[in-house]
Amino acid sequence: MQGFLETAAKRVPQVRTRPVLPDLLGTCRARLGLDRNRYKVNPGLYAAGRPGSESPVIVTANYKLTFDTVRFALHGRDLWLLVVDTRGINVWCAGGKGTFSAEGIIEQVRKTGLERVVSHRRLILPQLGANGVRARDIRKACGFEAVFGPVRAEDLPRYLDQGIDEAMREVTFTLRERAAVVPVELVLGWKLILYSFIAAVLLSLMGPELSLPAILSRIGLAMTATGLGLICGAALFPLLLPRMPRFFSAGGAALGLAGALLVPVIGPAAAWPSLAGAGLWTVTLSSWLALNFTGSTPYTSPSGVEKEMRRFIPWMSGAAALSAILFVWGNFL
Amino acid sequence: MKTFRHLENVATLAYDQDKCVGCGLCAAVCPHRIFAVEDGKARVLDREACMECGACALNCPTGAIEVTPGVGCAQLIIQGWLPWKKGTSCC
Repeated sequence: MQGFLETAAKRVPQVRTRPVLPDLLGTCRARLGLDRNRYKVNPGLYAAGRPGSESPVIVTANYKLTFDTVRFALHGRDLWLLVVDTRGINVWCAGGKGTFSAEGIIEQVRKTGLERVVSHRRLILPQLGANGVRARDIRKACGFEAVFGPVRAEDLPRYLDQGIDEAMREVTFTLRERAAVVPVELVLGWKLILYSFIAAVLLSLMGPELSLPAILSRIGLAMTATGLGLICGAALFPLLLPRMPRFFSAGGAALGLAGALLVPVIGPAAAWPSLAGAGLWTVTLSSWLALNFTGSTPYTSPSGVEKEMRRFIPWMSGAAALSAILFVWGNFL
Repeated sequence: MKTFRHLENVATLAYDQDKCVGCGLCAAVCPHRIFAVEDGKARVLDREACMECGACALNCPTGAIEVTPGVGCAQLIIQGWLPWKKGTSCC
């Protein structure tokens, strides 16, 4: 925020269009998944630059990463930003959940008195919000014509100058975009790490040799396998996605197998069944994490994911059980 | 998307050309560029690229497109399988 702008309706806060340090730190925290579920902006009308009654109105969500991407893309422009209450969720997911909707947009148009702020009757919506917004409902309810702008906020300046083109309309999933979601995937893995630690402790306590060094060595082996599975499934898999087969689970399992070969190399020494069990756990975990990554891609359909799950989840459950049995068997040798 | 493909013959997308009035909204909103309007009617160019987001069906003025939209999230689908966990959500 850098001040207020007086309008016919009310005072409108003016946003910065260049990031300051707290924005960058907040982005890092959100990207690391530390507080991404409460990273919100107050809904309402904002000014970028010094807009007037003829200036375009851009509609967006109240997730702060989204809001930041939009306002920083519009540096040097004079326009209005209408922020809809999506409970701090991005446009596409909020569209799917029904919070980025015609109703939500109409509500903000009315609350902010937008028809007194601008003389035109046109709202520019993000294209990815179209799964939640029936554009004609907005015109019927408040007289504003809703048009779908580009997919990416970074294309907004080009869109405002030249109008839409095919490249602005298609989603992408570049290496850079995939790398941006890896930290969240890894940090959200803490639950998995915790659960597998508890399981590792319990499984390590089963066996005739119960000296502390023996138990710690077994836990170390299990955690090595878990760590390798996490790296393969949640980091390598997203980055190598273009080279992976169609079934995410199969690709994750293949990468996990490569990771499993490292278990005896970097993990503590153990009997062969324990090593095999630990390696199998790396494969299984990597396969599951890869399957789970379907939820982070912009191209897998729910029908496709469900089909893949019906085929692979039974194998994963079996493999997880077998890895635990092998691991404990090794304790007795 | 041309570079990435998931499974084929699974999408629930159904399109009835007789109902189409050629407004082109489906072609505009689709993030995978599945539709194109030719000679006053929409045509499905690439059905297998459909990710079932539902934007086309929601915006179609004549109900010519039907799709069962949803979130392709494994954890959510598992929760859907479990009878005691109805109506929960993830991401």
